[in-house]
Amino acid sequence: MAEAAPLLPNTSLADRAYRIRRNAVLMGEVQGQGYIAQALDIADVLAVAYFHAMRWRAEDPDWEGRDRFLLSNGHYAIALYAALIEAGIVPEDELESYGSDDSRLPMSGMASYTPGMEMSGGSLGLGLSIAVGRALGLKRKGSDSRVYTLFSDGELGEGSVWEAIMAAAQFGLDNMIAVVDVNNMQADGPSTQVTAFEPLVDKLEAFGWWVRRIDGNDLDAVRDAFDAALAAPAGKPRMIVADTLMGKGVPFLEQREKNHFIRVEAHEWRLALDALDAGRPA
Amino acid sequence: MAPGARRARCREARMTASPTPAASAKPRLTTSAMIASIAGEGQRTKPAPFGHALVEAARTRPGIVGMTADLGKYTDLHIFSKEFPDRSYQMGMAEQVLFGAASGLAAEGFTPFATTYAVFATRRAYDFIHQTIAEENRDVKIVVALPGLTSGYGPSHQAAEDLALMRAMPNMVVIDPCDAHEIEQIVPAIADHKGPVYMRLLRGQVPLVLDEYGYSFELGKAKLLRDGADALFITSGLMTMRAHEVAEKLKADRIEAAILHVPTIKPLDEAAIAAAAAKSGRPVFVMENHTVIGGLGEAVAATLLRHRIQPAAWHHIGLPDAFLDAGALPTLHDRYGISVDAVTARVKAALG
Repeated sequence: MAEAAPLLPNTSLADRAYRIRRNAVLMGEVQGQGYIAQALDIADVLAVAYFHAMRWRAEDPDWEGRDRFLLSNGHYAIALYAALIEAGIVPEDELESYGSDDSRLPMSGMASYTPGMEMSGGSLGLGLSIAVGRALGLKRKGSDSRVYTLFSDGELGEGSVWEAIMAAAQFGLDNMIAVVDVNNMQADGPSTQVTAFEPLVDKLEAFGWWVRRIDGNDLDAVRDAFDAALAAPAGKPRMIVADTLMGKGVPFLEQREKNHFIRVEAHEWRLALDALDAGRPA
Repeated sequence: MAPGARRARCREARMTASPTPAASAKPRLTTSAMIASIAGEGQRTKPAPFGHALVEAARTRPGIVGMTADLGKYTDLHIFSKEFPDRSYQMGMAEQVLFGAASGLAAEGFTPFATTYAVFATRRAYDFIHQTIAEENRDVKIVVALPGLTSGYGPSHQAAEDLALMRAMPNMVVIDPCDAHEIEQIVPAIADHKGPVYMRLLRGQVPLVLDEYGYSFELGKAKLLRDGADALFITSGLMTMRAHEVAEKLKADRIEAAILHVPTIKPLDEAAIAAAAAKSGRPVFVMENHTVIGGLGEAVAATLLRHRIQPAAWHHIGLPDAFLDAGALPTLHDRYGISVDAVTARVKAALG
């Protein structure tokens, strides 16, 4: 494994995002392929979620007072593992086991495998439904913990997502914060050409949600959106619509046309790490 | 004639000829859409045993919450919701979020009892139950009305294959209760069992039969209700009730039938089934309110093979592998061979 660049003191969110991307690329190298473009596009959101917005304890991933993070798009597991490693919830040396037999880091995220993984994804469109129950349960307990859910624009095609969106509004679940990753790429092509989910902000507002749309790769905008979501009016569930760039931070991956599931030549992983290093904040 | 062929013929007749009521001596029965009770005339019953039992269970178990997808009144959950409005969740006509949210509530330490019709739980929300409840091993109780053929509304509401679907799912306990007496005992038992449960429900005025036998429910146990040298009935759900009536009728012909009641379809009490079937000389009749594919009958058959038990004869009474007709429930139970009269005739014919 390549030597990790030393962690800067008072690590900035930008540096967290860099290290999440780096962890993801290293895991991609283990497999030689994977959902690496998604991991790169969502790293900024994960950096803000884990190192600015959420409460958690690395030594106690099931701590009752934690905020819950539900990964609905289970194939983004490589991204969440990268964040969990950066958070110290998953030991860094497990990175090399990603997607291998008997690993705690399977290719698709599952609740029983990985510390810090709250649900079993893989089948898309499950996360928001579970989040509704989590949010109801936390309110029942009088807990002020929040339920964060990450899902992807392709999942907007699942009817269950809209069932959950309506249920969250019905119950006034203001302890729910969802992030939809609009990277405009699903398995068969650009999401906006597959399903007419736009205008998304108008739709979600009409469904009773507080909504903020941002450039999901602008760290300041992401941080402000999470802050605004936390401070949004009571009684409304909150949605951050994050427009992101597949492969963000690695120019030759950003430019790849078919980047839903990427195959990368062996020598290119080094190039990807070099590109991340070049873009690392000073 | 195969039921499918009969149905095709009936449809053709409906389209080509006007009805001639005089042609049939029997009065033409009408469909009761979501039948409130399967009780026969004069049968002892109890109202809404599930709803009342859940209220009782919830008094001492603060983790229990009730959830439904617009079918509270039709699953007897409304009894619970009236008693505990702040512990009840109306999820609307949305079975996917019903079961996903049930998983989420269970993950936060609660024990949701989530109700709908059997068809909607198993066919519409299968993946949600499979992934968010069974795979995550969440403590959710799925309680479903209109199991098997208990609605004359047609295939949209007839859950002929629900047991096959749920048996195939890892981690899932599958229960097919017989009557009000049993339902009252199952509710606290499954509340105390940690993990997912699928429970078929009889609702409304539910017959009482098993109290006569001094029966008590145990999760995972089959119980010999009565013994008899001439035949062994292996039954679950409302077919146990039918088997009881059939056995009483057969006494007039000096036929003594044993009844092994198997309310827990999974995990199956293989030892009790093998022990009962190993008793020599008795033909076995499995009776189930379910398609003959993938339910109790095939589970019992596999059990007997595994235990190298060859019964004197094997008879499987269940619903055909077909989309069932719409119509009045008594008519349909006769047509598909699961009414008391139809079962009695079949057993007599088999015993010669």
